[in-house]
Amino acid sequence: MLDNRSRTGHLPGTMTRRRAIGTLAAVGSLPLAARFAQAQSSEPIRIGFQVHRTGIGAAYGRWYDRTTEAAARRINDAGGINGRPVEIIAEDDGTDPKRGAEVVEKFATQHNCDIAFGTLFSHVVIGSAPRAGELKIPYFVVSEGHHVASGILNRYTLQPGITDVKSQVEAMGPYVAENLGKKVTMIFPDFAFGHDHRDYFSASIERQGGTVVEKIAIPPTETAFTKYFPRIPQDTEVVYHVMVGPAVLTFVKELGEFFGPSSPEIFGFIDSLEAVDITSPGLEFLEGSYFWEGYPRYAQADQTEYDKAYRAAVGVDDNGAALSDSKDVSTYAHMFGCWETLNIVKAGMEASGYAGPDDRAALIEAVEAMTDLPHSLDHPQGAKVFNGRTHQVFGHQYISRVNEGRLDVVHTTSIEDTLYEDETDYTAQAF
Amino acid sequence: MDFGPHLILATLEGAITAAVISLTAVGLSIVFGIMRIVNVAHGEFFMLGAIIAWWVATAVGGHPAVGFVVAILVAPATVGVIAAATDWLVLRRITYDPERTIVATIGLLYIIQQATLMTFGPDARPVEPPFNRRLAIPWVEFGDGGLSLVWPWGLGTTSYKLAVIVAAVVILTALWLVMKRTRLGLIMRATQLDSEMAMAFGIPVTRVYAVVFGLGAGLAALGAVLIVPVQQAHYLMGGDPLLLSFIAVIIGGLGSLPGTLVAAVLIGLSDGIISVFFSPTLAKILATLLVAFVLVFRPEGLFGRRKT
Amino acid sequence: MSPPAGESPHWPAVGRTPRFRSPLLHAGIILGLIVIHFILPEYHNGNLARIMVLAVYAMGYNILFGYTGLLSLGHALFFAAGMYGLGLPMHLLGATPAPAFLGGLATALVVSAVIGFLALRTSGVAFMIVTLMFAQAGFLTVLLFGEYTRGDEGFVIQQAARQVAGIDLTDPSNRYFAALTLFGVCLLLIAWLVQTPFGRCLVAIRENEERARLLGYDVLAHKLGAVIISGTMSGAAGAAYALLFGYAGATFASVQYSILPLLWVLLGGAGTTIGPFIGTVFMFYLIDLASGVTSAYMLIAGLALVLLTIFAPQGLAGELRRRLMSWLP
Repeated sequence: MLDNRSRTGHLPGTMTRRRAIGTLAAVGSLPLAARFAQAQSSEPIRIGFQVHRTGIGAAYGRWYDRTTEAAARRINDAGGINGRPVEIIAEDDGTDPKRGAEVVEKFATQHNCDIAFGTLFSHVVIGSAPRAGELKIPYFVVSEGHHVASGILNRYTLQPGITDVKSQVEAMGPYVAENLGKKVTMIFPDFAFGHDHRDYFSASIERQGGTVVEKIAIPPTETAFTKYFPRIPQDTEVVYHVMVGPAVLTFVKELGEFFGPSSPEIFGFIDSLEAVDITSPGLEFLEGSYFWEGYPRYAQADQTEYDKAYRAAVGVDDNGAALSDSKDVSTYAHMFGCWETLNIVKAGMEASGYAGPDDRAALIEAVEAMTDLPHSLDHPQGAKVFNGRTHQVFGHQYISRVNEGRLDVVHTTSIEDTLYEDETDYTAQAF
Repeated sequence: MDFGPHLILATLEGAITAAVISLTAVGLSIVFGIMRIVNVAHGEFFMLGAIIAWWVATAVGGHPAVGFVVAILVAPATVGVIAAATDWLVLRRITYDPERTIVATIGLLYIIQQATLMTFGPDARPVEPPFNRRLAIPWVEFGDGGLSLVWPWGLGTTSYKLAVIVAAVVILTALWLVMKRTRLGLIMRATQLDSEMAMAFGIPVTRVYAVVFGLGAGLAALGAVLIVPVQQAHYLMGGDPLLLSFIAVIIGGLGSLPGTLVAAVLIGLSDGIISVFFSPTLAKILATLLVAFVLVFRPEGLFGRRKT
Repeated sequence: MSPPAGESPHWPAVGRTPRFRSPLLHAGIILGLIVIHFILPEYHNGNLARIMVLAVYAMGYNILFGYTGLLSLGHALFFAAGMYGLGLPMHLLGATPAPAFLGGLATALVVSAVIGFLALRTSGVAFMIVTLMFAQAGFLTVLLFGEYTRGDEGFVIQQAARQVAGIDLTDPSNRYFAALTLFGVCLLLIAWLVQTPFGRCLVAIRENEERARLLGYDVLAHKLGAVIISGTMSGAAGAAYALLFGYAGATFASVQYSILPLLWVLLGGAGTTIGPFIGTVFMFYLIDLASGVTSAYMLIAGLALVLLTIFAPQGLAGELRRRLMSWLP
């Protein structure tokens, strides 16, 4: 945390904090000029990385940071983008929309970045996106919010590396209704992210003939939860939970203590336990419960080569924890978005022959033109389909069951399950 | 769940909140009453208590109870020493001026938070309770055969949560005895009444201030160690206890320890009980407005003396 | 809470200052901000536009805290009242910026009048808590009506809607001068206000409320006036922020945003006309520059605050007044 110049090498001569990811590490003694010889200019491509280093998003930010470093290192090892090395310039947004907007301005006008990229929390994205649009800097977000696809943002904001909450939630209805039960009680945080869960899941389960029997919205300032659980009706067959922020572990623990031995089926979004060890004391009751996962945290029996290589590159073990510290659990279900987004940026820049900020519109058009993104090391989470009109990507979703203290995938949705009608068409907007 | 069991559960939960707020608020109240300053970093001392408890418990290992017992001794003492040192290094130099103390303690808040983030990291980390048995609570119901005992779904608590309440009562009683029966308590009360007079009688007021500041922070840390097996250590956990204990101190009436205590219990219980009747966020709004209106209509607090 | 700048032999001096100095200073600041726009690089221009809007917030806060001696911990409520008073009509009803801005001002005015009426029954620390609690209730209310406000996530005010009389407020230069206009008006307003009998009475209340009452002033009416002016100016800043930067969200109603103006004012110098601006600039660049050196910038900010309280107890402008410019208004 102390030093931005962590872990990765420097471009010769740049004694600033800006990092040239891994250029030296892999190239060894080969001179830089030789390595990127085919490029007209070996000026690095500068990617402004907006990251939650402080504030409530810090646990996510740390892993977004590590994944981004790893992705940039891999891109540079393979010769960079259009023959130019990638340089990641990280700035902390403090998980705050005001600082987030300031950071985007800093990328555009101070650091002279080619694009801005990163960040998870929706309010930071929505606070920053207007500035990105005004400054005409492409802003690639890794947020899983529905904000991009809903049409409230602008042509310069894209989400090509992670699916949005609407498609994730709507794809859960069929499995829940068929396998767990039709009477669902939902527990969610009382802010926009929670309301998205409430609205999209209610609609989805009703299409399956199920009902949401109770909706419990928890104020985001809350730190103790037991007093709300008596609102769960007796005839509930499934408890659906999603929670974010530092109190998630308390929430899940108290849920277990509340039910004791006789609980209904429990289905949660892994957000409730991101960066938390599932074998933590007090979580034993989760055995047999179900989770949505954006990307399976535990290496599965049928693990692909891509997943193996991706884990190794980021430094994550088979249980989803850091290789260096098995207690340091990753945000595995979200952070892959950073890796995949950077690969999209690379593909887009290569397709558009990106040479500098004048080509920003061409870059966006090149990304908008993308459709099928095959399962590969560029996209280790699985195959995806990008919708150029809504600037949103769609992909497979995973449902896992807790089995002997690890999460085993029991169902993978098809991409078709996650599609919904377009709500906007950004390509109709002028640049 | 039926209304009756729901109310019992909410009251129990409220009592646990009240227990923790009491310790934290009494710590703040002592500092406030004797030194007449608002310590904005009080919540961070609470947080430090929880963080140190995690470190100690992890380092000790073995049975959870061993780690916990060591933590409950070490964490408050360490935090107390840190607080006394900041008093000596910073607050003494700005002569306890009210406004400057606010800025300085905001600065301190930033420093402590960032230092914790850099060392402990951004994750929430659990400390295992020394014991934790789930206790189901029975309820009476009128059935066909008259009164009968039932065990409603979800109506229960844990032995550890009950122990937190008991521990808070014991600690506060001990504190009361110290304040009333010991020389240290006498000195503190004398300083509170009139610090200049106390100095004239040879009481080393600056040293008393350092002790008081350390004691206040130590009490907050103690509250944190008690709650950390229920609520995990996290570097941003200090905000809530600061607000709640601050409120308790003012509602109770400045410098009145019994007032602070009553207010803490009222705040904890009302937070739980109001949540039975309204949707969660609305309940929070109402509980917040309740505090505001108590003060609007009784500005000196429940136990404060009206200025003449 | 004792009044700021308590040992102030300089206060009576305000009346005796050469009358031209104070207008000259304020006109000079505004002129300087015009000139600097053409010199500074784009990044700092953008920052300064933001800082000026936030400085209006700090100046509004200063009226109540610096001049009247009332420490509020709930000003985010007024900032948010202005922000949503402007933002919701634009977002939901398609209102145009000019009437929406007036809507923001009116909302802040009504909210501050109601809060002032209730909270002024208390004083000192109880006033701090009451304002804090009302602001917290306001924050939660924004969440409660998430259907309209989108809660914490907030909403965007689209670029196309941010046009006033053919002027595109999203253009960097226009944004800068819009912010400067608001800032200039508020600065001159305060400079004038503190010279009026009303302003002097506020200072008299701060220095000794009892004496002011004995002199026959209606203390409560003056305090209420101060709350309303302070709250409305804070609301103006909130409305301007939403309009110029295109975003409104619940974060701006949270406790953190009540503490910020207090911090800016104390750093810059409470009870001075230029202190809030100095404090806002200082704090912004402290964080911006420190974050360029290390990701532990909050540590540096914290240390700076502690050192400032030890070595510049009356804030930067306060020190200036103490050491060099005793006439500083």
